[in-house]
Amino acid sequence: MKKVIALFALMASSLSYAAGGGIHLDEHKTDLSDTASLQRGAQTFMNYCMGCHSLEHGRFNRVAKDLDIPENLMQENLNFSGKRFGDLMTIAMRTEDSKKWFGATPPDLTLVTRVRGGDGDWVYTYLRSFYEDKSRPYGVNNAAYKDVGMPHVLAGLQGTQKKGCARVSTGYDSLTGNEIMADSCELEEPKEVLYLAEEGQLTPKEYDNLVYDLVNFLVYMSEPIALERERLGWWVLLFLFIFLIPVYFLNKEYWKDIH
Amino acid sequence: MSKQKSPIMGWIDDRLPVTVTYEKHLSKYYAPKNLNFWYFFGVFSMIMLVNQILTGIWLTMNFTPSAELAFASVEYIMRDVQWGWLLRYMHSTGATFFFIAIYMHMMRSMLYGSYQKPRELVWLFGMGIYLALMAEAFMGYVLPWGQMSFWGAQVIISLFGAIPVIGDDLTTWIRGDFLISGATLNRFFALHVVAVPLVIVGLVVMHLLALHEVGSNNPEGVDIKKHKDENGAPLDGIPFHPFYTVHDMVGIVVFLIIFCSVMFFFPMGGGFMLEYANFEPANGLKTPAHIAPVWYFGAFYTILRAIPDKLLGVIAMGAAIAILFVVPWLDRSPVRSIRYKGIVSKTLIPVFGVAFAILTWLGTQPSDGYFLGLVNNTTLARWLTVFYFGYFLLMPFYTRMEKTKPVPERITGGH
Repeated sequence: MKKVIALFALMASSLSYAAGGGIHLDEHKTDLSDTASLQRGAQTFMNYCMGCHSLEHGRFNRVAKDLDIPENLMQENLNFSGKRFGDLMTIAMRTEDSKKWFGATPPDLTLVTRVRGGDGDWVYTYLRSFYEDKSRPYGVNNAAYKDVGMPHVLAGLQGTQKKGCARVSTGYDSLTGNEIMADSCELEEPKEVLYLAEEGQLTPKEYDNLVYDLVNFLVYMSEPIALERERLGWWVLLFLFIFLIPVYFLNKEYWKDIH
Repeated sequence: MSKQKSPIMGWIDDRLPVTVTYEKHLSKYYAPKNLNFWYFFGVFSMIMLVNQILTGIWLTMNFTPSAELAFASVEYIMRDVQWGWLLRYMHSTGATFFFIAIYMHMMRSMLYGSYQKPRELVWLFGMGIYLALMAEAFMGYVLPWGQMSFWGAQVIISLFGAIPVIGDDLTTWIRGDFLISGATLNRFFALHVVAVPLVIVGLVVMHLLALHEVGSNNPEGVDIKKHKDENGAPLDGIPFHPFYTVHDMVGIVVFLIIFCSVMFFFPMGGGFMLEYANFEPANGLKTPAHIAPVWYFGAFYTILRAIPDKLLGVIAMGAAIAILFVVPWLDRSPVRSIRYKGIVSKTLIPVFGVAFAILTWLGTQPSDGYFLGLVNNTTLARWLTVFYFGYFLLMPFYTRMEKTKPVPERITGGH
């Protein structure tokens, strides 16, 4: 038994490795019980992403039901292609066309957070890591996904990030509690960082929140049953623990005379 | 059992040996009274087999075995089928727990010499089950038709291509196509849901029949049939039912608590039970960065990779599995249990368990990584491969030469 426990402990220690990419991922503290956040995320997705990316394994009515969105609001404000309420959330863009336009077909995003390490961290980092790169067809590159074919669709909201030397926080002064800032290229380990060169419609904080909600929605999409699964899990475990009591004493009673 | 039989039971018994069978295998099957923790894993395997068969039947009702629809049909099960998500998670988590139970069950045999005379056939049928289970799990993993389904199958099937002369034709024959394709998926579906389960169930019946013919071993390795009471019942044995049925129930509930904790709260198993890349549909033009088999094949995959030559690697991997079949004849010790074996066996058996666990772990990792940041994975894999074969090939010598302790006549002390 100890061996098995040790094996699992070993496995757990390298979970973060699997997502790959090599860059530091910012943690997305997913909260699937925050329905308002999921609704905002769905709104952002339908408005900014769904032109190119489908959610082909999910249905409008399921999203509406899980996210407490009334049918008429969903159909009028979030279903732009006039699909029926019970339809799968596919898109009209043909794969041959998109391949021509972007060099690669924009992937379906129903399961993107599961593909990318099983949580929202990668997508959360990716959507905040676009930076200006004139050598690319759409003028942007991405620190989390080098030479990605996707343009920065949310640039109007975020503004323009550049990669280079910038003032970064290196910690806090232990006496005053003030943040200590330094030039990233003059640190012991000099590095280029992403910094906001041109402001967009949103402040950096607002933009992070928008991406947070969007990723929250995508984590929900990857497994709509997740909350219900855990809720049911507690009941099943409760039953098993209670069931264990009579089973344990029944066994004890039978075995009491066996030596 | 002096109770009067009911007329209905009598009528049936005259035509079908129900009572006789019930007594032979349950109420008058005498099992040693000292079976410990390790003896739970047989019944756990049985629970998982039933789980896999039942959930599997319901999964087939909504799964579509075609290259175009398989992936979407799994997501359909996860989203649109009532309780489909639960069936699917029970099945995918069940696969992992099936193998955990089987590996612990095999380890138990090694600890207490359960394969030794007269239980060689019990072991052989068990190995048959293990082999069939590996085929079953491999083909089942192809069905969701994700990237890892496709590329895992690609890697495993291409191993047969290493066989000289017939290799290429053989791989085409297995795939039913020149590449992994819908034809492969279809035949794997047929084999996974019909053919192999039939073989497994048949072998399980044989495994149990053979076991009940010779009786269960125990942690002391004592033969309980040597000392019987006036009715012919072993003095150190107790009827399987009710004593071990109530005993196993405790184990089963604890096992289910662990199983449900994983299934309800960590159904992906951190990417080890449901691999991340497998949530992307199969794409023959895009190779994943790191192709890893599911964890339960890890040890044999590591042995394959440890050897730089493809054919020799395939042979080593095959030999690593094949050598397990002959363990009853490799162990020449006069005693069964590790408790009475000499210092060499006492050391090597647990070390073997740890080595197998590390080999399994390495199979899930890139070969150029470092184990615990200390030693190169490939180097470690090679040493452990040498140990793996050394452990078995030298077994006839060290088990015969080491000094064993005398085995008691009877089981003393409680269970």
